[in-house]
Amino acid sequence: MTRKQRRGIMIGGGVIVLMIAGLLVMTALRDTIVFFHTPSDVKAGKVKDGQRFRLGGLVLEGSIKRGGGTDVGFSVTDKGSTIEVTYRGVLPDLFREGQGVVTEGRIDQGGVFRADTVLAKHDETYMPPEVAKALKEQGLWQHGKDGQAVKDQPITAKGAGKP
Amino acid sequence: MIAELGHFALTLAVAVALVQMLAPLAAGQLAGLSSLQRDQLMALAVPAAIVKAALILLAFLALMYAYVVSDFSVENVYANSHSAKPLIYRISGVWGNHEGSMLLWVLMVASFGAAVATFGGHLPHSLRANVLAVQSSIALAFLLFILLTSNPFLRIIDAPIEGRGLNPILQDPALAIHPPFLYAGYVGLSVSFSFAVAALIEGRIDAAWARWVRPWTLAAWMMLTLGIALGSFWAYYELGWGGWWFWDPVENASLMPWLASTALIHSAVVMEKREALKVWTILLAILAFSLSLMGTFLVRSGVLTSVHAFAVDPARGTFVLLILAIFCGGALTLFALRMSTLKAGGLFAPISREGALVLNNVLLTVACGTVLIGTLYPLGLEAVTGGKISVGPPYFNATFGPLMLALLVALPFGPFLAWKRGDVYAAMQRLVWAAAIAFAGIVVTMAIGGRGPWLAPLGIGLGLWVIAGALSEIAHRGRLGSVPLATALQRIAGLPRSVWGSSFAHAGAGIMTIGIVSMTAYQSEQVIVMREGQTTQIGGYSLTFKGAAPRRGPNYREEVGVLEVSRGGRAIVELNPAKRLYDAPRQTTSEAGIHASWRGDLYTVLGDAQAGGGYVVRLYFNPLVRLIWIGTLVMFFAGLLSLSDRRLRIGAPQRARVRSGPLPAE
Repeated sequence: MTRKQRRGIMIGGGVIVLMIAGLLVMTALRDTIVFFHTPSDVKAGKVKDGQRFRLGGLVLEGSIKRGGGTDVGFSVTDKGSTIEVTYRGVLPDLFREGQGVVTEGRIDQGGVFRADTVLAKHDETYMPPEVAKALKEQGLWQHGKDGQAVKDQPITAKGAGKP
Repeated sequence: MIAELGHFALTLAVAVALVQMLAPLAAGQLAGLSSLQRDQLMALAVPAAIVKAALILLAFLALMYAYVVSDFSVENVYANSHSAKPLIYRISGVWGNHEGSMLLWVLMVASFGAAVATFGGHLPHSLRANVLAVQSSIALAFLLFILLTSNPFLRIIDAPIEGRGLNPILQDPALAIHPPFLYAGYVGLSVSFSFAVAALIEGRIDAAWARWVRPWTLAAWMMLTLGIALGSFWAYYELGWGGWWFWDPVENASLMPWLASTALIHSAVVMEKREALKVWTILLAILAFSLSLMGTFLVRSGVLTSVHAFAVDPARGTFVLLILAIFCGGALTLFALRMSTLKAGGLFAPISREGALVLNNVLLTVACGTVLIGTLYPLGLEAVTGGKISVGPPYFNATFGPLMLALLVALPFGPFLAWKRGDVYAAMQRLVWAAAIAFAGIVVTMAIGGRGPWLAPLGIGLGLWVIAGALSEIAHRGRLGSVPLATALQRIAGLPRSVWGSSFAHAGAGIMTIGIVSMTAYQSEQVIVMREGQTTQIGGYSLTFKGAAPRRGPNYREEVGVLEVSRGGRAIVELNPAKRLYDAPRQTTSEAGIHASWRGDLYTVLGDAQAGGGYVVRLYFNPLVRLIWIGTLVMFFAGLLSLSDRRLRIGAPQRARVRSGPLPAE
């Protein structure tokens, strides 16, 4: 075999691996990504029926209802619209009324969002960036909640630990 | 006063870094210097590297002092510390925040530079000087970053009496030492980078270069391995989510340099032994550190949507992006200019040791690429269409998973293939025992695993295949079975440590695979409301809830649950999962109650009290989960073993003595 042929085989092999990987990436991106929406998006009909998505906003004050067992119900609001959410499981440590939250799941026939994941936060002054952005776009949230400058916020765990 | 001293030392370090960077470059570029003057200019880099490291260490100690004595007139201490915090967390608090962690980062860069200056006596003087110059330019960039955007020594005029406290979930032993290891790994890759750029500047890249750069890469890889493992272990027992890896962008940011540096270690072997893959190895060295820098950028700028992301500071993000562009872009440009001057190396057939290592490199870098795409895709999409998405575990399982599977299947073959031209059938014959063990493992797992997914037994078999394959290599090299046992054992004991190192590292990967597969496929989970006296079963254990009571800790209040665990009617242990509320900052955390055994971990989390009495509890049984971290520990010690090989340690060869012609066929 000449040097050229050998190189050809190597490059060919590399290209095949790349193509397979490319295919995997494309299918995975089509099938597994999850979109983020606010309650207003949902009310505006931006979400297809039965589609899995992330719903983010603030937990409406006074909306948390504990059902029997581990069922929990609460409402997520972006102050424009509000959506009821049900969840079975343990809520994250920092889940509180009036705080930002991101949940993942689907809307059922009754218009209730059935969440199978409620994302945990690491910090009491932390706001999920998607939520912060969505609220900011509606002019409902500024940096420096509670009169605190944003840069004074304690740094969250992964942020400080993993550069 | 101490803080000002630290600030001053840091500023002085900038000046020394400038000298260290410019002197060797001037020696190379200025016309009209005598060779003595050139040598003197180059030699200047060595003491400069040591002085710079000492100055930055001084600054770091100054900040640590401010933390230890709780000097709240320093803004950084006020924002991140509290006088009631135990001493160890006041110390680890130094790097538990942005400014301090960047200071630690630059301290590591300088320390690695000083190490090259100290232990690099055997390197050609011009190469060492250039490596130090490049290394210093990295330190300089980050020193400026700290001084201009993230100064930890800023004072507050009216000093507050009490600090705001460190995020409680950071108050943990594993997390106290996790950042230093991770940073040592990230920054260790800067040495490989500096070697690559220095070699490109000089235009001389050969087998000796690969031999010089390998111990540094190996050391960085070890640190990175341990750092990631510590982080994962911490996330496992502290976050109370019952998982060990979440494909969070911040985790991905540390995984990508690890994949690249793993590839680099392997391609450097080919370059050292056969002078092949030169262009590729240099490129990998540049990319590995660029990925480290990118990780820093992603985390420090807060640009990524992450459950862990924190306050966005555009100035910092822009600065790090600039550093990334300059170093990555500059090195790649230099690479493109010099690439054509690199001579092609030894020939080899596709089926050969070299071929196997190329496959390793292709799979690892492509896997790294899929992680990169998954991490950056949400950013790109938002920039282009404005849509917000998240790319979660399903994506990574579907892309990264198959590539790693292919890598593990192929792994045991590599060491059995000869250089230049290998024989797959001969390799297969030598792997018969490994295959038999793997097959037995699959059958046994099918028999006892039962309800798990059908792929799981194959995964366990794959892990066994890799472990047995690694041991087969040792046995084969000792000619176990074909010579008397005593001779074989003697031969095995006499094997070079680098052989032991690579075998152990591969075995570690196999051990980890078994842990990951069994955790993923056979984890059992229960979320239930438990009233006092109620009993439930999980993972072969029987748990009785004995209620929960409040308790007061040094800087927190907590609600502690009592779970009596028994197995087969025999009481084993009492677990105390707790929910803590820290005083400052006021934040709740879950403390998981864990009973660890070789069979697996019983993992319990206390949830909220129920209105009708009782508590929500979350129970997991994580079979063989410890193997994940034991595997990484084995990899770490394998690296240590390899690093202690005398070939790497003593008298690395001078260029004149390196054979440049092709090696005789084996």
